[in-house]
This record gives sequence, structure tokens and C-alpha cells, in this order.
Amino acid sequence: MEAFGLLLHGFAVLLTGKTLVLMMVGLVLGIFVGVLPGLGGPNGVAILLPLTFTMDPTSAIVMLSCIYWGALFGGAITSILFNIPGEAWSVATTFDGYPMAQQGRAAEALTAAFTSSFIGSLVAVLLITFLAPMISSFALKFGPPEFFAVYLLTFCSFVGLGREAKHKTVISMSLGLLLAGIGMDTVSGQLRMTFGSSELLRGINFLVAVIGLFGISEILLTMEERLALRGHAASISLRVVLSVWKDLPKYWVTLLRSSFIGCWLGITPGGAIAASFMGYNLAKRFSKDPESFGKGRIEGVFAPETAAHASGTAALLPMLALGIPGSGTAAILLGGLMVWGLNPGPLLFVEHKDFVWGLIASMYLGNVVGLVLVLTTVPIFASILRVPFAAVAPMIVVSCAIGAYAIQNAMFDIWLMLGFGVVGYVFKKIGIPLAPFTLALVLGNRAEDAFRLSMIGSGGDLKVFWSNGLVGSITTLAIVLLFWPAIDGLLVRVGWTQRTGTTSR
Amino acid sequence: MSQTDLEIAVEDPTAPEDDSPAVVSSGTVEIIVCLLLLALAVALGFDNWRTGASWDSTGPEPGYFPFYLSIVLGCGSIYGLIAALLARRAVSETFVTRAQARRVMAVFVPTLLFCLVTQFLGLYVASFLLIAGFMRAIGKIALWKSLLTAFLFTAIMFVTFDIAFDVIMPKGPLEAAFGY
Repeated sequence: MEAFGLLLHGFAVLLTGKTLVLMMVGLVLGIFVGVLPGLGGPNGVAILLPLTFTMDPTSAIVMLSCIYWGALFGGAITSILFNIPGEAWSVATTFDGYPMAQQGRAAEALTAAFTSSFIGSLVAVLLITFLAPMISSFALKFGPPEFFAVYLLTFCSFVGLGREAKHKTVISMSLGLLLAGIGMDTVSGQLRMTFGSSELLRGINFLVAVIGLFGISEILLTMEERLALRGHAASISLRVVLSVWKDLPKYWVTLLRSSFIGCWLGITPGGAIAASFMGYNLAKRFSKDPESFGKGRIEGVFAPETAAHASGTAALLPMLALGIPGSGTAAILLGGLMVWGLNPGPLLFVEHKDFVWGLIASMYLGNVVGLVLVLTTVPIFASILRVPFAAVAPMIVVSCAIGAYAIQNAMFDIWLMLGFGVVGYVFKKIGIPLAPFTLALVLGNRAEDAFRLSMIGSGGDLKVFWSNGLVGSITTLAIVLLFWPAIDGLLVRVGWTQRTGTTSR
Repeated sequence: MSQTDLEIAVEDPTAPEDDSPAVVSSGTVEIIVCLLLLALAVALGFDNWRTGASWDSTGPEPGYFPFYLSIVLGCGSIYGLIAALLARRAVSETFVTRAQARRVMAVFVPTLLFCLVTQFLGLYVASFLLIAGFMRAIGKIALWKSLLTAFLFTAIMFVTFDIAFDVIMPKGPLEAAFGY
């Protein structure tokens, strides 16, 4: 009940004219970046971050999170109408969404996608509302070893559960952690890895790297591809919306199962991509008519969209409660919080109640407003694709440069952004994942501080990470997850489990 | 489905040809990236070792944590190098074709010039030149539309950041002539 009271307080914080306007602006900008080819949630949030620099933290985070919700909604438009998944997690939506559009059921598919996105997010937000305060109050008892163990768990689960080649995840993560350490050592004040450069004294700002990695590299990648699009027009009528909603109870098992999968994979860093495929595969496996999947079945849209959005939203739970982002976008939002001097983690719930509950309230409201907005404006946003990319691309480059410069008022950061843009382009093309890099860059200093404090406390004895049941369990779980592919292979060999796949269609 | 039902169509006049020859394979780029990362790991590892990668009376020295990370990065790079060399014997994917490379450079070079011009003439002049030039040269969009779009976008950015939100951007002689 306490959570309910605090949530009401959050709504009171949120329901001001200014915040509501920012929410609408965020949603519109989010849908805009979601629809534009090559851009998506993380890129949109990273590029538009500078718009929020001079706002108060609550307004800023509300706008940023609404950009994120908007981008999630917008991605479905291109997946269904153009068979172009804006993000990897939208791939599964195209399996049945695009065939539905081809059959002249685009409005039905879009309504299903938006509605299931809303349901998935709603379940995850409910989870955040009631679970985050409990986790954060539990985490208040954490010391440095427990925190380092949780960071280790996050890093190890990215390696063990990620779909990419393990060594590439390790490369990406260790590079991110190393770059996070450049500059002045926070404990001793000594300079590290600066090689005499005065520009590197400040270190590499996480947001500059993200703007380059996500924004510039996407422009390069998008330009590289053919930009000729051919798609189906759609406008959603109230009759179609009501007809899809009327049938919703029929799919309650699918929606619930996908929500659960999404929340689970969002909290553990499994990610929205795995969630959407798993949601789709399980819906197909438990269907009485699995053969009809891939041919325009509405359940094939409900399942991945619910799971992906539940996952994307649930990824904010560990970010708020523990200061550990569950996804790349959550990591960017976390970076945003740091810009305003807020330290995500257990203390946030104690020291910045207005902010936390305003944000959670905005998740509810942002989703409702977002749903109504996309349902009513699909034709307008779909027509954005008619704007030549040759006009959009340089504007995005300029926005990226403004963002990179504004963080520290340094020209060097614009060059750094360009460098990271090239790195992001090459990494994406050879399959080195960027999410672990982003996560490591944002968590690097915190992880190092926790490790050093733990080691100082124990006099250099690594047994400190097994010194009590809690830290021991987390560390052991981290090691199990790190070697999960080998353990899974062993279990399959002895016949205990069947190999799990996430990409079958 | 008949063609008349396809109502949203965006054409790309400069689309890369499908049969364009490969410039470089993904395998070769992987090898180059792994070698560069290995060199970076060695350089950072050396710097951390120089800074202090062991223990003193107060605990781990500043280079302790990053030194071991350099070793992890180095090991990952060596593994990646061996994996890429072995995989190269099999059929390697194309990293980029000549037509694609031309398009990537068509964005990268103007962006590079934009950064350079920003340093000397300020961000707003550079952004005007980038947008107008890009729309005209790459998008083949009418000159007046390119100039108007570039002017409007730059003006909106200036009003939004420098005036409304007080986020000061790098400026050059033009802004100075107007007293900014």
C-alpha cells in the first residue's frame, strides 16, 4: 500500500502542464526516431539527450523515457508496414505482422502490436512499482563486495547468455571497462592511460561514446544500405481497434506468458531480443495450429511485442533499484541520470522520492498517451519515410555533434564522437556487440570502486566474495552464468534438458 | 497483392548496385580489428603497469584493475585473431562492397569536414554548410530547398540551444560579427 501512496504522489509531481507537454514532445520525437530507418530507442535517447540538459531531472527523465516508449511504438510501424525491423527485437514481429499487412490487415496488425506493447509495458511497470522499492531497501544492506558481486553477475550474464560469440562479448566489455578507467583515478588522484594528453584528463564521457556508437554509426550503416522502401498504407479506425480489443481475452495466456518472459529477461540482462523470440517461439509451440504462424496470425504479433516491451521496461527495474541497467537503453538513461547528479541505486528511493515516483508515474501515463497517440497518427508517422534521408542524415549528424559538445563544452568530444562512430560501424558489421560495451563504460568506475573497496577491506583476499551467504550466492551464480553455454551443453549431453534456441522461426 | 495497393514508396536514386565488387571481406577486417585491439591492450597494459599494477600499503594501486582488464582484452583479441584466421579458410562474407563504401564515404567525409569546419567557423556555420551541401550533392535536392532547410534547421538549433536553453555552442567569426 505504501507503494500505491507513493505512486499517487508521483502522479501529483507529474501532472503539471509543463511535464505533460514534455511527455507529448518526447513521445512524438520517440515515434519519429522509431519510424526513421536505422534509428531506434537507444539512438533516439542518446541523440536527443542534450535537449534535456537544462531541464530539472524529473522533467528530463520523463521526456527521455517517453522518447524511449515512443521509439518502441514507432518501431512496430516499419516492421509491419515495410517488413523493416527498426530494432533486432522487432524481427519476430515481422514474421506475422508483415503477412497480415499483405493480406490487407495492416490496421489490425498495428493495433495488435501497439496494444500488446502497452500490455507488456504495463505488467513490467506494475512489477517496478511494487518490486523496486523492496529490492532497493534490501540493497541498502549491501556493502562493496555485494555490489561488486552484482556487477560481476551483470557482466557474466551478458557473456554467458548473449547470442554473440563469447570472445566478442568479452572484447567489447573489457574495452568498455578500460575506457571507463581513462583519466584521473578517483581513489588516488593519479592519472591513468592518458599518455600525456590533457584532453584525456577528463576521461572519456560515456554519453559522447554512446552518441558516436549509436548515432553516427547508424547513419553510416543506414546510408550504406538501399533506402528504397515500398510498403503498405494504413490508417486505424475505431472499429478495427475495438474488434482487436474485443478478442484480447482469447489470447490472455499468450499475453501473460510473454509478459512473464519479458519481465524475467528484462531484469536479468537477457534483453528484449531474446524475449521477443522466446515469446514468439513459445506461442508457436503451445499453439494448436503452429503451422499457421508466419502466415499472418495475430498471436504472432501479440507474443513478441508483449515480451519485447515487458523486457525493455523491466530493464529499468535493476537500473532504478540497484544502479545496474538491464539493457543498452537503460544504460543510456542511467548516464542521463548521472548528468543531473543523480546516483541510481538504492539511495535514489530514499533521497529523491519525487524523482523516482514521478518517473514511475510517467511510465504509466506515457504508455497510455503513447498508445492513443500511435493509434491515431499512424498515417502521419508512416509518411515520415517520404522525407528524403539525404535531408534527415545531416540533421542527425548535427544533433549528435551538439549533444557531444554540450556535455562538457569540449571540441575534442566532437572528434571523439566521430571516432566512436567509426568504431561502432566496424563493430556492428563484424558482430562485436555494443550493449556490453555501453554497459561496461557506464558501470566501469563503480565496479572498480566496489572491487577496490572490497579488496582493501579484506586485505587482498578474494574469499571476501564468498564471505557470507548473500555475496557467495551472487558470485557463484555469476560464475555459473559465465560458463552457462558449457553447463547447458553438458546438461544436454546427459539428457537433462533440451537445447534452448531463440532464433528458430 | 497488386501494385496499386502499395501506397508508400520511397525511391533511392543513388542506391548501391547489388553486383558491386567487394572491397574487403569481414574476415580481413576482423583480423585488422583484433590486431589493433591487441596493440591497444599492450599499450594500455604497459601504461597501467607503469602506473602501478600491484599492491601497496593502502591497497590496490591505480593500475591494478585496468592492468588485468588489459590482459583480458589482449587474450580476447588473440582468441579472436586465431578464430578469424581459421574462419578465413571457409567462405568469408563481404564487409563492404565498392558501391556501399562509396556511400559510406559520402557521409563520413562530409561529417569529417563538418567537424573540421566547426573548429574554425563554429558549429552553426558548419551545420548550415553540411545540411545544404549534403542535400544538394548527395540527395540531388533542389538548391533553394537545400538552402532553406539548412537555414531553418540551423536557426532553430541556434534559438533552441544558445538562446532558449543557454547551452553555448562553439562559434566562429560570423557569430562574433553579430555580437555573439
